[in-house]
Amino acid sequence: MSEPIDPRQANFVGRRSDGSVVQRPLSPHLQAYDMMQITSLTSILHRITGGAWSVAVLFLVWWLAALASGEGAFNTAQNFFGSFLGVLVLFGITAVAWYHTLAGIRHLAWDAGKGFDLPTVFATGRMVFIGTAALTVLTWIIALVAW
Amino acid sequence: MAKNPSHSMRTPLGRVRGLGSAKSGTTHWWMMRVSSIALLPLLLWFVFSIFGLLGASYAEARAFVAAPVNAVLLLLLIGVMFHHMAHGLQEVVEDYVRAELPRLFGILLVKAACLLLALISAFSVLRVAFT
Repeated sequence: MSEPIDPRQANFVGRRSDGSVVQRPLSPHLQAYDMMQITSLTSILHRITGGAWSVAVLFLVWWLAALASGEGAFNTAQNFFGSFLGVLVLFGITAVAWYHTLAGIRHLAWDAGKGFDLPTVFATGRMVFIGTAALTVLTWIIALVAW
Repeated sequence: MAKNPSHSMRTPLGRVRGLGSAKSGTTHWWMMRVSSIALLPLLLWFVFSIFGLLGASYAEARAFVAAPVNAVLLLLLIGVMFHHMAHGLQEVVEDYVRAELPRLFGILLVKAACLLLALISAFSVLRVAFT
């Protein structure tokens, strides 16, 4: 272990078939890259938006439970969603939901075996970001017109 | 089979061959895909429904949820959404929690919370629909 540690060999300890300990290289991991790439960024964001959407679902549970429990509770919920903070939260949920949906469709295409070559991966990654921005704005234009 | 698999010369494939199929091995992965596809039309319907509910009064909101088609679609959305959410969050716990007990309790907590939230939501829809 006197040689300098390559970040790709981050202390992975394995065993040989005779049981003796051996340090084996780990496949290239996050620390081997010095910059965020669109492939890793879309993947990380897909997980973050999935978690954020799980939290956002609590607002739907609140709204439904308030509707079932009575007019007072419902008005409290409805007033929150109409407030500045409420609109801010709903806008955030809209962006998160569109991102996770579009990135999810990208995953479904991969599951079907399509779009694995790098130019397509980069193109669909950009499409997810552009689509998220466009659909979030479009959703709110329709929402504000309908309000 | 060797007592200590890590000392065995047999390949992992050789050790499991003949022990039967993995049975539900791909169920989690497959159900994530099925639920995600089901959620696409359900969420589009839900978003368009919200457009009609913005600034709705108590009576208007109750009438919307109580309408048979809306109540059924809401229950469907609740079921599929929390299934997808529980299984997605389970993957997160499995990826980041290494120790056996915290991992087990993390997964149980995720499943319990999702089931509880799903039941609260479904009960609320049914209560509005039937009262």
